[in-house]
Amino acid sequence: MTTQLTKQLDKQLDKQWTTICQLDDLTPNAGTCAQFKNQQVAIFMCSHTEQVYAVSNFDPIGEAHVLSRGLMGSTEDISYVASPLYKQRFNLATGECLDAPEHVLKTFDIRVEKSQIQLKEAS
Amino acid sequence: MSKQRIVVVGNGMVGHKFIDSIINDESVDYEVITFSEESRLAYDRVQLSYFFSGKSAADLALTDESYYQENGINFVLNDKVVELDFVNKQVITASGRIEAYDKLVLATGSFPFVPPIPGNDQEHCHVYRTIDDLEAITESGESSKVGVVIGGGLLGLEAGNALVNLGLDTHIVEFAPRLMAVQLDEGGGALLRRKIEDLGVKVHTEKATSEIVAGEFCRYRMNFADGSFLETDTIIFSAGIRPQDELARSSGLTIGDRGGIVIDNHCQTSVEDVYAIGECALWDNFIFGLVAPGYQMAKVAAAHIKGDTSLAFTGADMSTKLKLLGVDVASIGEVHGQTPGAQSYTYNDEIEQVYKRLTVSADGKKVIGAVLVGDVDAYGSLLQLKLNDMDLPENPSVLILPNVGDGQATGLGVDALPDTAAICSCFDVTKGDIKEAVAAGCTSMSALKDSTKAATGCGGCSALAKQVLDSELANLGFEVKNDICEHFAYSRQQLADIIRVKKIKTFSALLSECGSGLGCEICKPAVANILASYWNDHVLEEAHVGLQDTNDNYLGNMQKDGTYSVVPRIPGGEITPDGLIVIGQIAKEFDLYTKITGGARVDLFGAQLHELPIIWKKLVDAGFETGHAYGKSLRTVKSCVGSTWCRYGVKNSIGFAIDIENRYKGLRSPHKVKFGVSGCTRECAEAQGKDFGLIATDNGWNLFFGGNGGMRPRHGDLFASDLTDELVQTYVDRIYMFYIRTADRLQRTSVWLENLEGGIEYLREVIIDDKLNIAAELESEMAENIKNYQCEWKTTIEDPEKMKRFKHYINSEAKDNSLQFKTERAQRFPIKNAASNKIGFVEIAE
Repeated sequence: MTTQLTKQLDKQLDKQWTTICQLDDLTPNAGTCAQFKNQQVAIFMCSHTEQVYAVSNFDPIGEAHVLSRGLMGSTEDISYVASPLYKQRFNLATGECLDAPEHVLKTFDIRVEKSQIQLKEAS
Repeated sequence: MSKQRIVVVGNGMVGHKFIDSIINDESVDYEVITFSEESRLAYDRVQLSYFFSGKSAADLALTDESYYQENGINFVLNDKVVELDFVNKQVITASGRIEAYDKLVLATGSFPFVPPIPGNDQEHCHVYRTIDDLEAITESGESSKVGVVIGGGLLGLEAGNALVNLGLDTHIVEFAPRLMAVQLDEGGGALLRRKIEDLGVKVHTEKATSEIVAGEFCRYRMNFADGSFLETDTIIFSAGIRPQDELARSSGLTIGDRGGIVIDNHCQTSVEDVYAIGECALWDNFIFGLVAPGYQMAKVAAAHIKGDTSLAFTGADMSTKLKLLGVDVASIGEVHGQTPGAQSYTYNDEIEQVYKRLTVSADGKKVIGAVLVGDVDAYGSLLQLKLNDMDLPENPSVLILPNVGDGQATGLGVDALPDTAAICSCFDVTKGDIKEAVAAGCTSMSALKDSTKAATGCGGCSALAKQVLDSELANLGFEVKNDICEHFAYSRQQLADIIRVKKIKTFSALLSECGSGLGCEICKPAVANILASYWNDHVLEEAHVGLQDTNDNYLGNMQKDGTYSVVPRIPGGEITPDGLIVIGQIAKEFDLYTKITGGARVDLFGAQLHELPIIWKKLVDAGFETGHAYGKSLRTVKSCVGSTWCRYGVKNSIGFAIDIENRYKGLRSPHKVKFGVSGCTRECAEAQGKDFGLIATDNGWNLFFGGNGGMRPRHGDLFASDLTDELVQTYVDRIYMFYIRTADRLQRTSVWLENLEGGIEYLREVIIDDKLNIAAELESEMAENIKNYQCEWKTTIEDPEKMKRFKHYINSEAKDNSLQFKTERAQRFPIKNAASNKIGFVEIAE
């Protein structure tokens, strides 16, 4: 009974995931822009750590949709993307700007499911 | 006994500082209530001008309501205290509110002085003090063409900067014979004026405004006492500040002859339990119009209330260093020659526009004062000598002379400073504090800022703080590193050597060979650049994609709105009419903004990601190649027509320029590289202002090296004369490759040459005499590179895999329609879309 319920719940939750593209479509260690529920989402894949990240593509400082075209980097244990416009760094996991903490990007839930990249609104 | 109750009247920077020191002192527990007549809690007035470069009121805020609430601070906004009742120990506000106090702190600040000129109260006449003032100025600016600041002091110049930012034709009117008359001497004021006038701001000195009446061409006309006049649409008064002492005066506190609430060394006024701090307070007949002394008073008053009488306010140093309208200005101590017997050293460079004057005591041992305009590097050293009353070095003139020769800074070593030396006056951080912080584990500037707050206020001390940090680290046996970043413990040159010697071809391989972490925006492009210099792989090979700045990644320069520029190569600037027509047709088809560049080619702006390959396909089909305007690589070879057409040309400069451009095109280097080739010594191609410059003479080519334009223009040095075409090529091959091998990241040839030990002489020994026995190697590396040349755009459009990256969305054919444009002079320009993080989608019609 319980397992059945869990399964059902899982299924419902699964429904909220939207498939964006194949994992292979992403360029390792670089960004990709996706359209998701009327928003521009910047997706990043790090081949060293095998992590994927999804944040808003809008750079609140340069005020343009460009973050998917920024460079990925790391400092200590934080993975970040540096804006291609004025180089401010944004924590890929939390969206927080490392150089101007008053700016925080919206983040999205992202997963790799059967070699597909899937997004949903952050829970 | 119940809690002591403190009332703070005024919530400006100093009032807030006082409250903050109470909050942070865990040994006391007071009830605090603060009043502000403004609608906001304290904000940073020192940074007020940043309001015009996009900072919001929230960005400038020093605190917020929740911080006060969490710490139990009561605050009342928009209500002014109108009466102080010392007998019953209470204050009364405009709204009738009555609050009792045990201790009363007045931090009412100052107000801008508006001279009593008839007509000074009109709608578009403003002052420059609060965020509300700035909002009103902005609003006036929208309906104005011309703006005038009355007052050429420090704040007046800030206000002038604001008008320039608003796009107004800006004038500064000053009563005194020079700008910043308090802080600068005649020479410094004159240079500041010249620099500001070069920016297009008009300066009028020795002008007294007698009235403001309706204008003929603008809104207002200002009539001056000497009979002349000036028309303007907006006026800002910035004629100094006056202490806000009205409340204190009407309540019977002792006030100075020229205003200001009289205080003693503990910031106590003439009435017991009443303190005054900041710009409203008069200490020793002096008002301190800077924030640092105000902060000191706040600390002293807080300590005294607590019963600690050991702290005292005993005056403050009024030295300042700031950037006004982009001009660096600093003033230390007494600069008007009022000290008996004082003598001075003056350095005045009219070419570079630098003025420095150092005034020393009669015996030549101590600093009395200094004025620095245009180059304020010496500020830190001179200020420390003055504040700590230290003896000057034997020949004090070295302190203001420019660095020459060995490039060794001639300032004062930080080691010589005593531990009590104040490094950061905003947060009162001494050298001793920094030493302690370093000993406790701070090894970087960011750690130091976190732990001591040094250099987080006005930031003026950051260079000095870094020097103290480095010197302390060195003293403790730490190695001060020249590492490129946290991921590689090597300099660019060392990384280049590793890559060359170990034949490393990818970033990942280099990272596992000698790095750590994942890399960053510093090391990735630098390594990509080195890899491209040595192996000349296509920059969009998958292994390299994640390494490049977006410019290299999408083979175009990203513009402010995220679109790209398209720049086809036009070697030597020579182009056929048919070629021009193709460019014109493409620009028209894609509505690209078109401009002829200084490098004799055509820039096309506004191309979106998905348009780039379509545009480049057309260009490549018409025979064009990429111009590498996006890369740290060869840009243009500027040329005149030389002997082909010109009556004076002695050699075929255009033909040679085209050969050179085709030889080195695509070659990646630590920074961009430009050439110039002139067909005779008239030098129409301005070759001496380029990295490599060639000038034809009757006997061959003169080769110049190390020139550049930009922020710090430099003429190239003559490397060799009367060279044949072949010898020019050989020497350029060798110099270019030697530069690529050894220069730092983003180091232009000029800076590389200046830092090369032995300079141009040494370079000749390496290149001409082959002293290091590497000439053959350099040449073969260059030959290999030239052999591997490819037009990156041609390769890209021929490869479906690489083309995949040129669409805005991975999962849609839609384009980015958040972009907005306006039309000016019949062409398209980007505009910012305020709501651009909420976007809609438009499918591209198939």
